[in-house]
Parts: sequence; C-alpha cells; structure tokens
Amino acid sequence: MALGLTGYVVLAIILLTVAAFFMARSRAKSTAGGDIRLLHSLPNYYGYNAAMFAAVPAFGVLMIWLLAQPMIIENSVFKLIPERIVSEGSSRGLVMSDVRRVAEGLDIAVARGALTDDEAGSMRADADDVRSILGGVGVALGSDVEPEVLQAAQQYRSKSETGTFWMSTTVVTLALLGAALAIFVTNADFRARNTVERGALTLLILAASLAILTTVGIVLSMLFESINFFRLHPWTDFFFGGSWAPNFRGDSDLSILPLLWGTLYISVIALLVAVPIGLFAAIYLSEYAGPKTRSTAKPLLEILAGIPTIVYGLFALLTVGPALVSIFGRGDNGLLGVDWMSGATAVLTAGLVMGIMLIPFVSSLSDDIINAVPQSMRDGSFGLGATHSETIRQVVLPAALPGIVGAVLLAASRAIGETMIVVLGAGAIAKFSLNPLEAMTTITTRIVSQLTGDTDFASPETLVAFALGLTLFVLTLGLNVLALYIVRKYREQYE
Amino acid sequence: MTDATTSSLPSATPVSGKGSLMQQDSRTRKRNAAETRFKAYGITAITIGMLMLLVLVYNIVSRGTGAFQQTFVTLEVALPAEKLDKNGTRNLDDIKKVSTFGYAPLLRDAFEAKIAEKNIETELSGKEMAGILSAGAAAQLRDFVLADPTVIGSTVAFEFLASSRVDGYLKSRVSRDSIANDKNISAEQLDFVDQLIASGDVEKRFNLAFITGADSSDARPEAAGMGVSMMGSFFMMLVVLVLALPIGVAASIYLEEFAPKNWLTDVIEVNISNLAAVPSIVFGILGLAVFINYMHLPTSAPLVGGLVLTLMTLPTIIISTRASLKAVPPSIRDAALGVGASKMQSVFHHVLPLAAPGILTGTIIGLAQALGETAPLLLIGMVGFIASNPPDSIASGLLDPNSAMPAQIYEWAKRADPAFYERAWGGIIILLLFLVTMNTIAVILRRRFERRW
Repeated sequence: MALGLTGYVVLAIILLTVAAFFMARSRAKSTAGGDIRLLHSLPNYYGYNAAMFAAVPAFGVLMIWLLAQPMIIENSVFKLIPERIVSEGSSRGLVMSDVRRVAEGLDIAVARGALTDDEAGSMRADADDVRSILGGVGVALGSDVEPEVLQAAQQYRSKSETGTFWMSTTVVTLALLGAALAIFVTNADFRARNTVERGALTLLILAASLAILTTVGIVLSMLFESINFFRLHPWTDFFFGGSWAPNFRGDSDLSILPLLWGTLYISVIALLVAVPIGLFAAIYLSEYAGPKTRSTAKPLLEILAGIPTIVYGLFALLTVGPALVSIFGRGDNGLLGVDWMSGATAVLTAGLVMGIMLIPFVSSLSDDIINAVPQSMRDGSFGLGATHSETIRQVVLPAALPGIVGAVLLAASRAIGETMIVVLGAGAIAKFSLNPLEAMTTITTRIVSQLTGDTDFASPETLVAFALGLTLFVLTLGLNVLALYIVRKYREQYE
Repeated sequence: MTDATTSSLPSATPVSGKGSLMQQDSRTRKRNAAETRFKAYGITAITIGMLMLLVLVYNIVSRGTGAFQQTFVTLEVALPAEKLDKNGTRNLDDIKKVSTFGYAPLLRDAFEAKIAEKNIETELSGKEMAGILSAGAAAQLRDFVLADPTVIGSTVAFEFLASSRVDGYLKSRVSRDSIANDKNISAEQLDFVDQLIASGDVEKRFNLAFITGADSSDARPEAAGMGVSMMGSFFMMLVVLVLALPIGVAASIYLEEFAPKNWLTDVIEVNISNLAAVPSIVFGILGLAVFINYMHLPTSAPLVGGLVLTLMTLPTIIISTRASLKAVPPSIRDAALGVGASKMQSVFHHVLPLAAPGILTGTIIGLAQALGETAPLLLIGMVGFIASNPPDSIASGLLDPNSAMPAQIYEWAKRADPAFYERAWGGIIILLLFLVTMNTIAVILRRRFERRW
C-alpha cells in the first residue's frame, strides 16, 4: 500500500516536472514576443530552471521523509511495548521486529482482501486468531501474537498511514509550488542559465561529497556497534586477551590477538612470495626486456590481478591445499613421507595463493616507480663503468626504494584485508602457532563467520564483528596513508 | 626506461693494467656472472608468474568443463490412469493429490520394462535401479503430468538426470574403489549403468540447464545451475550502472573542472584514493549496518548488493573518469569559452563528449571488478539459501532474495561434495567468460576511440 502511494507520488512529481519544463519554455518565448534573440538565455534553460524547481526540493524532501519516518514511528511505538513481554533472553529489538512483521502481515491481509482496513485496525488478539489469519496470507509467525504486540502493530500501521499521507501531500505541494514559482519568475530578462548552472554545480558538489559520506558512513556504522560491543564486553579482553572462543550462549572469549597473529602470519608469507617475484619481474620488464616482451608479459601478468578472489579461494581450497597435503602430509603415502599436515586449509595454503594474487600488484607498482627514476642517473652509473645489474642494484633501486616500500605497504594492506582466499583456504582455528602447515584464522574470516546466518544485534558475539571491522579499517587505512605519503613524497623528489 | 640502454647493454671490461684487454680477469668474470645471474632472476620471476597463470587457467578449464556436461537416462514411462487419476475425471485437483511418492513406482516399472526390452540381466530390484536417477526424477514426472493431464494413460519417453554418483562415474570422478563406503550407490548399480551405456540408454551430453537453471538442494548436485544467480548478478550490475556512472561522472567533473584548491577538495581527493583501497569486506559491514539494519531493506536482495557494490566501484570510476577528463586538452575548453560558452557549457558540450570513450572504458572495468566481488555479498546474506525461482519482474528481480554468481560459486565450494566442486569450477568458467568479454569490450573501445591530441 505505502509503496504504491509513494510510487504515485514519484510519478506525479515527474509529470509535474515535464509539464513545468514546457510551460516555462513557452512562457519565456511568449514574453519575448516570439523573438528568442530578446531572451537572456536559450529557451530550454527556462524549461530546465522550472523543471529543477519542481523536482529537486520535492525529491529531496521525499527522500529525507522516507528515511526519517520509519525511525520516528519506531521510536514512538517502542514506548508502547511494556517491560513484561520483553521476555528472558530476548530484547526490545526482537519484539520490535515482531511488531514490524505483524504490521506487514496486516498490510498484506488488507491488500489481499482477507481483512478490511477497519478490521485490521480494530482486531483484538484475545478475540481473533491473528496468527491463522496472517498465516492464511503467507506471513508465518513464530508464536501467537501478544495483545500488546498487536496493539503496537496497529499503532505502527496507523502512524505509517498518516505519515505517508502527509508526506504525499507535502511533497506534491512542494513540487507544485516550485513549478509555479519558476514559471512565475520566467520572463525575457530572467537569468535562467545562471540559475540552472548554479543548481547543476550544487548537484556536482553533492556527488563529490558522497565519497566523504561513504567514509563517514563506514566509520560511524562500525563505531556505534563497536561502542555497543564494548558496553557488553570488556575492552581489555578484546585487545589484550589471549583466546578467541565465541560461545553463542554467552560468556565468550573474544580477543583479537590470535586473529591478528593469523592475519599477519598469512600476510607475511604472501609478501614473501609476492615481493621477490613481483620486484624481479618489474626490474626485468623495465630494465632488460625489449618492447615486444614487455607488451606481452605485462598484460599477461596483470590478468592475475583481474581474476576475482573467489577463484583464488577455490584454487587454494581444491588445488594448492591438496597438493601441499600430498607433499607434507599423508605419512608414508606422501611425497616426503612425513605427516605434518592433515587438512588442505593451512596458513601456507592461503599465504601462497595470496602471494600469487599480489604478484602483479607489486610488479606494476614497482614498474611505475622504477620507470620514474631519471635516465641521467643510469647514464651516470654506466659512464663510471658499472654493469647493468650493478647500476640497478646500486643506483636505480636505492633511488626507487621509498616508492618500492610504498608499493609493498599497499600490497600488505591488500593482504590484511583479503577475505575470500582466507575464508576458503586458511581454516577456522584461532591460535598462536608458528607452524605454517596448521590451519589458522584471520580477522576477515571471523567477521564473515560472525555476521552470516542469523545475527542478533544485541549479543557481543555478533557485535564483535564490528569491532574487528573497525580495527581492520584502521589498520589498512594507516598502511594506505603511509604508503601514499611515501610514494607521493618520492615522486616529488624527481619532478 | 628508454630502449637506448637496452641496446647499449654495458658489460664489465677489464680495467687492470696487467695482461691483455681481450683476457678477462677473475674479477671481471665474477662481475659478468653476477650480471647474468641477476638477469636470470628476472626471467625466473616472470616465468613463475606466467606459470602460475597457466596452472590456474589449466586448473579451471580441466576441472570446470565437466560441469557443462551431464549424464542423462532415457526411459519410457507408462503413466497409468488407475494410479494417477483414480476417479478418471482428469480433474487437476484430484491429480495433484498424488504426491511425488506416488510417482516413484512408475519409475521402477519403467526400469523393469527397460531390462525386459533390452535383455539386460541384473539382480537389482526396481528400487535400486531407480536409484541411479536423480532424486528429483519423480518430481519431474509429476510436474510433467500436472502441466498436461491429458498424457495420463499413455507412455512417454523421458530424459532423466542421472544421480551425481552415476554422473561422476561417467566423468571418471567416481570409481568402484571410491564408493566402497558410499551408501548412495553400489558396485552392482554401476554394472547396471555400464549395461545401460552399452544399450545407449545412458549418455553424457551438453547440459544447458547448468547455464540457465536454478541452484538445487544439497542432495541433488546434478540439477544445480547458474541461471538464477546470473539474474541476481545482472540486477546488481544494473543498480551499479544506474547509480555509479552518473554519480561518479558528476563527482569527477566537479573535482577536475570546477573544484577550487582548498582543504575541502583536498580532503575529498585523499578520501577517494583511500576508499579505493578499503578492504571490500568493510563495505559489506557498511551495507549490513546501514542498508539492512538501519533502513530495513530486504536481506539478500540484489538491490542491497548493488548499493554496496556501487559504493565500492565509485572510487574506481571516479579515478578513471578524472584521468580521461584530464586527457582532453585545455585548448578545447579555451575555444569553447572564447566563442562565448559558459564554463558549464564548455564542460558539458565539449569536454564530456570527448572524454566519453575513456569514461565508458573505466566504467566497464569497474563493473567487471564489481561482478567478481564476493566478500561483501556474504555479509548482506546472498549465500546460504537456494535461489530457486528466476525473478519475474524488475521489482522482484531487485527486491526478492537472490544469489549472485560469485556467491553461488562460494556456496557450492562450501558444500564439500566433489559433484558441487565441479559445478563451482564450471561456475568460475562462466564468471570468467563474462569478465573476459567485458574487458575485451573495454579494450576495443579504448583502441577504437582513443584520440591522441
């Protein structure tokens, strides 16, 4: 119902906008007596101006209203729920979602004709079998509806209805007013183009600010839930505790340290694979390879960066893992005849595959940086009689070192934030161990496992994921900022 | 690096005064050996990289192509009226009362008829023979009858999917040794399958349902397909395209053409380059907290997935759009301003059209990146259920729970069954085909429309 009405409102605004465009344009033409040379702006600008005035405020208010209304209604209905029915082990949030579900069910029942609007508003939980009525229209409820919940749901419905009604009225009036105002001011001397351009510039600025809004959204969403988490769980345990053992019945050990250890261990292995290979590939491509080799090898290497991480994850789980097991595991049947590795998921598995993924990342960044070293430095070195490799090692690389460090830091930040490879390849056991053949878990893996499936936003076991996410965000952001700073500073040095 | 150095590759020449210039002393030999070694390291590194790519591609192709083929069993099933429609009224409601259990005996009878016709000797019971079929065979039969009740009373030839074990046997994934402890199939059943292969009733061929079909439950890997999750991905990409392209272009135009140099624009710029490097899972957390928990948008909906991926793709699109705006020479702007255009007109009428091919290329590459992204989709609930119905309208495509291609692959990878692993690799082939196509289009666009000023 509500969505239907909103749809009509949107349609009405669009029609008004189009109408305003044509009316303003023809009015402008007629005030100039049909000679468009007398107009300040081209006729279309008058149309755009009217359309802008009709659409922008109306759509703006509509969006804000749609976002704010559920919150305001929820807050007022929230108070209707008495302490009594917030039973043991549940929370107000859960009861509130029941209320929302019942309200939704009533809406559907009315839409299908199973109930009239009045009936839905006057039903009593003790007199009518709400559960079976709602079940009849396909809304299954877990238990019988408490009178208070039904009452709250009815309140919720009636308030939403009033809200939507006022929203439609306000928004359509705004559109009408805007269009009327714009058409009223339209005459040959009106500076329509300037107004339109100012409006367009505002829209451009808004689009550019969305990037900031995203960051603010990321930080705030994680910060609020993290604060909730630290209310339920001591922060000392999170940052300094020694074990990770979530228990959905409560009383869990939720410490980030074992996860951080797994994350760093896997990242270090990945970098040990990616940095030498990537760096040497970059050196060869930029210093030795001819244009032909370069133009084939570089794109081929970069294909590795374009492959989705889920593919690497599967590669780790089904190919690299079993291959490693057949080398290091299976006792006498294995290649080495040892039994060090039992499952395909291990630190080494994830680290190796992640290393492969990062090769093109390191190589293309380093390639750019090595290319930025001025030719005169190489020529100077050659002139003193150094060989090509001596020049690279003693002149080019030291000059490019800060940039390469930046590239490695960027790769490290990628490795720390990588999810699919570790979810499929690293395993799920949180522990401090030095053995790379054991399964270990990472921050990203735990975020996924704590937030998939049924999540209850009142338990520390779910909320811990936000604290983990925030830590991850801060960690990667720090590495990125540092890396970008180093790279930028280095670039300026030779410009 | 210029090519000049490559051609004038310096090598160490003797410097000591003693001996002939033609004779290399030990130090020179050492230096030249170091040079060769160093070069070899580079070649090794590139070879390793190429080798990894080769191994990866070989792995995907060799393990995934099997998913496009499926084993089918041809069977003539009699549909007797006395079992399916006891009243003989052909009333659809009466026919519906016969559940899939009522259809299972028909399959057994069909197998009995088959061995009698083809003179196959087997000690298997009818039930064991029917065990080589997919668990969904009876349901397939029932759906066929319900769709057209007039077929009752006749004998119809069907092609049923074989069970995943039989399919694995034909693809040499399952052998008589490997099924020693398998309750789902016995060696006798495999003997029976061999006899049916000989008589031409069991064969392996191309399976279109893998590309167009829906996911299936854990017990029926043979029926699982990518089609519905492909639709999910399609709707997500639609959302990304509709939102990210205009917003990204508008933001880049502002930053590149209008923004004054002040702290605010500095903050925006630093912000965008940092957002591009934020781990994708963090965007998933944002989506869960803001779109699902706060705004109460439906869980698992492609709309939410699309919104999250939009935020993720925006920095990529902004960065590439700015690069292509920058590539348009200032003379174009000056000319437009010179003949009396406003700044806004010069940008929208002249600069933007010239930058369009570059913007398009960047957008396609951004979309390709978003198409393969998995981690944020896990958090907004696009895994863990079976998306069985293809959406029937745009609204249901956007709002009904669905999966996406990479999420579907992850789902199959988690089910710990070799038959699903094969489908996961097959799914990867489909996903990569999409990515290759998109990137090829981007490269062609760039080549075709690239302008040198």
